[in-house]
Amino acid sequence: MSEDVARPTWPSGHPADNTMAGPARGALLVDGIVRRGDFTLDLHLQVEPGEVLGVLGPNGAGKTTLLRTLAGLEALSDGTIRLGDLVLDDAARDTFVPPDRRPVGLVFQSYRLFPHLDVLDNIAFASRSRGASRRASRTAARPWLERLELTGLATRRPGQISGGQAQRVALARALAADPGLLLLDEPLAALDARTRLTVRAELRRHLSQFGGPVLVVTHDPLEAMVMADRLLVLEHGRVVQQGSPAHVAARPATEYVARLVGLNLYAGRLGAPAGTVALDGGGSLAATVSTDLRPGDPVLVGLRPSAVTLHTTRPEHASPRNVWPGTVEHLELLGDRVRVQVAGAPAALVDITPAAVAELALAPGQAVWLSAKATETVAYPSPVVARRPVSP
Amino acid sequence: MTHHSGASAGNVPEPRDVRDRSAPDVPDQNARDRDVRDRDAVPWALGVPACVGALFLLLPLLGLLVRAPWQGLGGILADSQVLDALRLSLVCATAATVISVVLGVPLAWVLARARVRGISVLRALVTLPLVLPPVVGGVALLLAFGRQGVLGRPLDALTGVTLPFTTAGVVVAETFVARPFLVVTVEGAFRAADRGYEEAAATLGASRLTVFRRVTLPLAGPSLVAGTVLCWARALGEFGATITFAGSFPGRTQTMPLAVYLALQSDPEAAIALSLVLLLVSVAVLGGLRDRWLRAGSTL
Repeated sequence: MSEDVARPTWPSGHPADNTMAGPARGALLVDGIVRRGDFTLDLHLQVEPGEVLGVLGPNGAGKTTLLRTLAGLEALSDGTIRLGDLVLDDAARDTFVPPDRRPVGLVFQSYRLFPHLDVLDNIAFASRSRGASRRASRTAARPWLERLELTGLATRRPGQISGGQAQRVALARALAADPGLLLLDEPLAALDARTRLTVRAELRRHLSQFGGPVLVVTHDPLEAMVMADRLLVLEHGRVVQQGSPAHVAARPATEYVARLVGLNLYAGRLGAPAGTVALDGGGSLAATVSTDLRPGDPVLVGLRPSAVTLHTTRPEHASPRNVWPGTVEHLELLGDRVRVQVAGAPAALVDITPAAVAELALAPGQAVWLSAKATETVAYPSPVVARRPVSP
Repeated sequence: MTHHSGASAGNVPEPRDVRDRSAPDVPDQNARDRDVRDRDAVPWALGVPACVGALFLLLPLLGLLVRAPWQGLGGILADSQVLDALRLSLVCATAATVISVVLGVPLAWVLARARVRGISVLRALVTLPLVLPPVVGGVALLLAFGRQGVLGRPLDALTGVTLPFTTAGVVVAETFVARPFLVVTVEGAFRAADRGYEEAAATLGASRLTVFRRVTLPLAGPSLVAGTVLCWARALGEFGATITFAGSFPGRTQTMPLAVYLALQSDPEAAIALSLVLLLVSVAVLGGLRDRWLRAGSTL
């Protein structure tokens, strides 16, 4: 088709072909910087074909800017974006593939379904934009209705379908364009809590069927852990941590991540007798040192709230090596347990049973003692990115 | 007060006391209800001018209806000169509207979207004919497109085409005056449009022109229709620029408004009949706008 000639940047030969045929799947390789006024987004990441990368971070961290840059709605100030053999953006060589020429699908947070088109024509939009006739584009779009369980909704307008359905239409519309890279911006944020549970599982299934790299932006750690093979944490425009969900949960690099996964996290330096960590925020902890660390090395210490024991009097003859006093600040019921926030050196979150709260008659302001085994207190090298001391 | 509190304290006289009090209370309650209703009433300082204003609008139209030569209406309207004027008006207004859409919608898009220095000056200039006396517009057109005009002279020399005092001149004059109505309406819609849809279209492979055709324009549809109808109605009623630039030659440049004005001096009955026709068209336009598009636009 003549349309192909006009699109030399497309990775596969026939974008206007049947949209079922996948393009050559290549890895996404980003190494660049986006500057917008005071904000700098520093991006170094790689996503393999078939891999789902969960991008986690607080509001304003640059998550959406990352997606917009990959989609070509923003340009890099410096560096490159590659998808397989294709250079999407190269600031040094002044190469910039505009969004309509990029094999990149973006599912927007609010979906942005075209209100003047019905569901089928929304899904058919990409092939129609590439010059297919109305009939041909609809024929190509129809299988997506079945694939995403939208049969029967073909003639509905976006205003006449539920949030979960709209989410699937948006996904179908992006997938029908046959992208080599799929981006989802907070895909479940527009849904109510109940719909979110079912859609999350569905979405995971659909994403695993997509052959190219996938980025899912979210600020919900559970969503990220369920949907992603690997997590990337963005904070203040920088990648502060990458790794498997289990790794990130076990060894958070920053206070933000630790809070997300519900872990006590302390920054400190390894003491002279290896095994004791002097904490930046005051106090010290005996810890299990996970790797070859030398005295004086900056480390992070992770401690699960359920691994801390709470006492009303100083525990005598206690086996745990870490025993320190504190004051109860706050009690919060979390499902079947109570999370107690204790001020002290160091401060800690402690999980106990509601029965224990009643038994010990805990109340804010009460003086308590905390203990933790050294085996439960894990010290690991502090990533360079942790710029300021962290403590819960 | 003392009586009341005393009665309340004693058990026996209370029912009677209440009934006694309730009797005079009935008109009282009505008065209080009236007070409440009066809150919704229009203060006379606003109501009187409003009534005068409404009458000022309605009385002339009423006068037109009262004085209309209903008996001879058929005969007047069947007159070939009247039919010519009506036909010419419809053709020219429609042609002017088509040109306005073709040249006005892209202009509206540029005014709404282009980030070029001086675009605000251009925007002001585009709306100038809205406030410019149409006669001045006609004079300006004559100076530009007249046989000795800046553009008219080379046009005449190259093609032998002259615009003034031709049917094409009527279309040009009407376009000049009526197009800003369309541009302003559509530009507002483009400006207010959610750019998110255009971004979504771009990520789906739509070129800028495709985005415009398949997303921007359809979403601005109600405003485009409203602007088109306004433009057409304004073109239909155009007088000043038309008579200045195109003159008033029956069958060639004499549109309905010109025919009405001229007939008023020789044949008032015909003028009234022609006015009735224009009034009818205006009411139809207004009705069509309200029912089909203004409401549809407001729900978008």
